[in-house]
Amino acid sequence: MTVQEMLSVIAPDGGINGYDPKMSNEELLHCYRTMMRVRAFDDVCLKLQRAGRIGFSIPNRGVEATQIGAAAAVKKTDWIFPSYRDFGMALYHGISPVDMMHNMYGNAADSAKGRQMPVHFSFTEPIHFFSISSPIGTHIIQAVGAAYAMQRRRESNVVLASFGDGGTSSTGFHSGLNFAAVWKSPVVFLCQNNQWAISCPSSQQTASESYAIKAKAYGMPGVKVDGNDLLAVRRAVSEAAERARKGGGPTLIEAYTFRMGGHSTSDDPTRYVPKELVAEWEKKDPVANFERFLKKRKLWTEKLRDEIAAESFAEIDAAAKVAEATPRPGIETIFSDVYQDVPQHIRRQGQAAFDLARRKGDASTGDGAFPL
Amino acid sequence: MPTLTLIQAVNDGLKTAMRTDPNVVVFGEDVGPKGGVFLATEGLTKEFGDGRCFDTPLSEDGIVGAAIGMAANGLRPVCEIQFQDFIFPAFDQIVSEAAKLRYRSGGQYTAPMVIRTPYGGGIRGGLYHSQSGEAYFCHTPGLKVVIPSTPHDAKGLLLAAIDDPDPVLFLEPKALYRMLKGEVPEGKYTVDLSTLRTVREGKNVTIFCYGAMVPVCEKAAQQAAEKGIECLVVDLRTLLPLDEEGVIEAAKQTGRVVVVHEAPRFCGFGGEISAIIAENAIEYMESPIARVTGFDTPFPNTLEHHYIPDDRRVLDAIEHVWSY
Repeated sequence: MTVQEMLSVIAPDGGINGYDPKMSNEELLHCYRTMMRVRAFDDVCLKLQRAGRIGFSIPNRGVEATQIGAAAAVKKTDWIFPSYRDFGMALYHGISPVDMMHNMYGNAADSAKGRQMPVHFSFTEPIHFFSISSPIGTHIIQAVGAAYAMQRRRESNVVLASFGDGGTSSTGFHSGLNFAAVWKSPVVFLCQNNQWAISCPSSQQTASESYAIKAKAYGMPGVKVDGNDLLAVRRAVSEAAERARKGGGPTLIEAYTFRMGGHSTSDDPTRYVPKELVAEWEKKDPVANFERFLKKRKLWTEKLRDEIAAESFAEIDAAAKVAEATPRPGIETIFSDVYQDVPQHIRRQGQAAFDLARRKGDASTGDGAFPL
Repeated sequence: MPTLTLIQAVNDGLKTAMRTDPNVVVFGEDVGPKGGVFLATEGLTKEFGDGRCFDTPLSEDGIVGAAIGMAANGLRPVCEIQFQDFIFPAFDQIVSEAAKLRYRSGGQYTAPMVIRTPYGGGIRGGLYHSQSGEAYFCHTPGLKVVIPSTPHDAKGLLLAAIDDPDPVLFLEPKALYRMLKGEVPEGKYTVDLSTLRTVREGKNVTIFCYGAMVPVCEKAAQQAAEKGIECLVVDLRTLLPLDEEGVIEAAKQTGRVVVVHEAPRFCGFGGEISAIIAENAIEYMESPIARVTGFDTPFPNTLEHHYIPDDRRVLDAIEHVWSY
């Protein structure tokens, strides 16, 4: 297959094109259930944001098959360097919605101790889901360093580095792919081409005929895959990961998909995304696509869908309630974790903040609203 | 005890770290078989193999970004940026990534790593092989900034930096690489970070300096002594986190302060030292604080000897604060 062709597995009638995913019914349904939980997460977070309970969220609608197909191709001992639009990867691997909701609220139980905006998850169990930062593309080269450590220890683990089409314009993309190819590092680079970097379409991002073709210049295989076809993404990522485990080096995968919602809950995509385009991609819905496949395998009914949807919503809604009831982090968390040990100047500043709070009361929380 | 130059002490420190900890890896541009443009990494690839000391593609952000991933996943990377002037493509990886990783992940991920880089003038390197950029980095919570001025400290501070659980920017005064020799213990020892070194005792004027300015200040202090002015010379060694109490104490001892650095003056590290003294010990001051620094211009090539503070300028400042 050349980088010009697009890999797909699920046929329009729900059959599969000459590829046996070798997944049990249980695994297939876990993928489906995870897609539905991501949808529930989106729905609950939109409500919470509109109600002013959380400041911000990132909608995943449209890209669930890419997230979950890729997650289903890596093991718990592998590392994921995620983008911010990768809720499905976390949920697939068993990261709990309650822990994710703690981050959405930035509360005392948040693994990032309320220091980051919502959606900037960081987990080490049950899989390494690397701490997310906001600047685009910086994690791509870091993923290569983590993979180098695996190489050095002769592990057979791999790193899955996920980013969007906008991320391919970053410095980290160039250095990441270049270093990984030279070092033959065990990395799978997953470019989720959802066609929009906030409001900028792919035509503003690159003049290349695809993102996958960029692999050729770096000296690694490039594969373009239907990002709305969960099994196609899983196939591409699995093959790349297995090659990497055997010392075959990195691969760049472009998952061609579409961001059905805004960049975030603060973004209005109707200002820049043509309506006809949305309608066209609505027909390629990744969940409906996977449902056709499951139905053909006699694993899916409308009743099952409704049950899973209801269960998922109840689970995520309950998680939000737990997070909502958890208090804010204590003021001491401003001053810890800057270094392993608190240096004298930071200790003094913390002491001064405590003293002031005792003498004059707490600082006003303000009502900052995030614009992007 | 062997007598080494500062660059030999760095090399000895790297070898010592690599012999004692198999997770230490050294990499950067031309650091492999060539041994680095200043020969700091000479012999490492031969002794430890090209999996532990190796060349990278020519990309500073790539070098530092990869180091972060290695550090987060169990290695102890010691990477080299060939000249500190070339570090700015990696600025984002240093200040927004390495320095913030522990904080933003609630301590789940950390970046114990060292970035070594030669800084400062004195080699006719012009604008882009001479800069002293420490102030940019000292404004970054989560980062440590260390500058040795003797062979003994170069090895001891480097080994402490490699052991440190947080990212350390290790700025090496290239002007001193081969200028002076000193006794350096064999094997492993460390010099604690965030500690000052008293270079010379004196009761009249306190001079704060670091890196390549330390021998310049020693020379000026000697000349001042011949004129009857006794200077307390303090080598800061670690700029961040700074031993603020030590600085305040040293300022109080004389009540007259000169701060010397090679970097430009405006928003330079001397401003921070001055503010710490003003906030904590102004009632002890007998004269205004004097700063002797590089000019607020880019670094010139042919006339670099006018730009870099020398003993004339430091002595002039000592006499100014003493006679005030």
